[in-house]
Amino acid sequence: METTRKLIRKHSLELLYKKLSASNKVYAPVTATDKQVEYKYNPPFSDVTFDHIRSTLSVKNLVFPKVENLFIFSNSKTESSITDVNLNLLPNVVLWGSHPCDNAAFDILRSIFCWDINDEFFSKRLEKVTVIGLACHTSDDYCFCTSTGNAPNSVKGSDILLSKLSGGDYIAEFITAKGSSILASSPELFENETEEKAVIAVVNTKFSHEQVTEKLQTAFEHPFWVENSLRCIGCGACTYVCPTCACFDIQDETKGKEGRRYRSWDSCGFGLFTLHTSGHNPRHVQSQRWRQRIMHKFSYMPDRNESLGCVGCGRCSSACPVDMNISEQLEALQNI
Amino acid sequence: MSENIYKPYLMEIDNIIEETPDVRTFRLKFKNLEEAENFSFKAGQFGEYSVFGEGESTFCVASSPTRKGYIECTFRKAGRVTNALANLEIGDTVGFRGPYGNTFPIEEWEGKNLLYIAGGIALPPMRCVIWNTIDLREKYKDITILYGARTVNDLVYKHELDEWKNRPDIKLITTVDPGGQTPDWKGEIGFVPTVLEKVSPSSDNTIAILCGPPVMIKFTMPVLKKLGFQDKDIFTTLENRMKCGFGKCGRCNVGKVFVCKDGPVFSYEQILELPEEY
Repeated sequence: METTRKLIRKHSLELLYKKLSASNKVYAPVTATDKQVEYKYNPPFSDVTFDHIRSTLSVKNLVFPKVENLFIFSNSKTESSITDVNLNLLPNVVLWGSHPCDNAAFDILRSIFCWDINDEFFSKRLEKVTVIGLACHTSDDYCFCTSTGNAPNSVKGSDILLSKLSGGDYIAEFITAKGSSILASSPELFENETEEKAVIAVVNTKFSHEQVTEKLQTAFEHPFWVENSLRCIGCGACTYVCPTCACFDIQDETKGKEGRRYRSWDSCGFGLFTLHTSGHNPRHVQSQRWRQRIMHKFSYMPDRNESLGCVGCGRCSSACPVDMNISEQLEALQNI
Repeated sequence: MSENIYKPYLMEIDNIIEETPDVRTFRLKFKNLEEAENFSFKAGQFGEYSVFGEGESTFCVASSPTRKGYIECTFRKAGRVTNALANLEIGDTVGFRGPYGNTFPIEEWEGKNLLYIAGGIALPPMRCVIWNTIDLREKYKDITILYGARTVNDLVYKHELDEWKNRPDIKLITTVDPGGQTPDWKGEIGFVPTVLEKVSPSSDNTIAILCGPPVMIKFTMPVLKKLGFQDKDIFTTLENRMKCGFGKCGRCNVGKVFVCKDGPVFSYEQILELPEEY
């Protein structure tokens, strides 16, 4: 489908940001004092970064919060009542300046949360999000989006995709109706496209995900998993920073007679994740958990959810305290 | 009104049976009559039972869908939720979400003999299908139940074992591990696989339904094979830790198979295809 492309000057981008901030919560990346990039709600435009490679955390919390209430209950011995969370009160959110890898993750998350029965906690949040993505003009060695079927300028998951021009202005590509409505409501901020070309990062392909998926069909018992996870300490950082990891726990919390049932991020890297009450654990050693993480993303999900469970953002590798590099491992897996 | 897939039905405890010192059976009735009206399930399905403030725990529905108006569950006090459940009394409220998962293919078993083999606390997940087929007794040929526990004290559903024992159309064999018998014990003494070999039921036109601790399964399977049972005619119900019950939370999978969606009921033919992750 042919999309509309328009030029937007840097100063108009600021006007657009302010206009959107007036009626939405705008979630945008800023550089914190420790040089880490984090997303904040409605930061001043002057703080918003346009040059980051990756934020420390992904933006999945917009649609899958770290902790979210499933319902509130009040409980006496014989009388219990349940109060639903009103998901219709969720605010509109504009996700600003997120990269194509993170934006591609929304469809993957949808394939998990809505594959069989629809999880409204996820889908109602997603409905409220408008994504103004930002193509990558820089990258580093951890990036491998091109190996997972994505690209530094992929429009997947974006309503509008911004690409930086060499002179510092931007091209805005309007992908969806949500995106086009922003153009329609602020036509004065956009100009016709010029000959000037966008600066797009070069991300070399490191492996073929099709080949990895193929290899994994017969790799369950391969010594690879033990060899490559010996140094894994099971901290779960990889799953925490991952834009597509969606495994969760459900717990209760009470204060007096009132309480909540909530879900929270969990990790297949934890031994407790699969531990039976009897003490039996189907994944009792770390290598089985590491295998689960790779298998889930590169074998089970392509098979069951028709999508790869990885977007190649490189966060798990950069966050790993023992330097387990996922793209290096997948490259090796391809050749076992 | 939104559809909250995590919201449980509110159930009232209608009856409690103390099966053993640490095993209870609850009969649960829907507090909301409309929900009771619209609720249906099939043999083999499970649910998430909760004590508000403590959390949820997963068990199969232990009563038969032929018995309307309530569901039953049987659990052993083992973790946080089951201990909290065990402290409840008649009239108290618990939450229930379900039914989830697949079912025993009892229609396909019509006209066949059924051999149920259970060990210890693994009789409850089979009780539903046992009663379901007993309640449709004319559709099946011989029904044999082999049930073993470590000690006489550990046998659950003692009242029903008596009932089954006295029925001419059911063959019940109970056994306890050597040393687990009482002076007046009338059943077999020996491990389930040994007793199975001794009883030696015919595999001809017979479906075997097997559930028990891994060690019992491990030693019972070769006996079934020796008796001539085909993998496709042996069924079991798997358990893995679960949270959501509908294929999202990510922990019950065995390879690419979700125990909560594709199971919990599997034939041995299917199980042989799975990696050892259960």
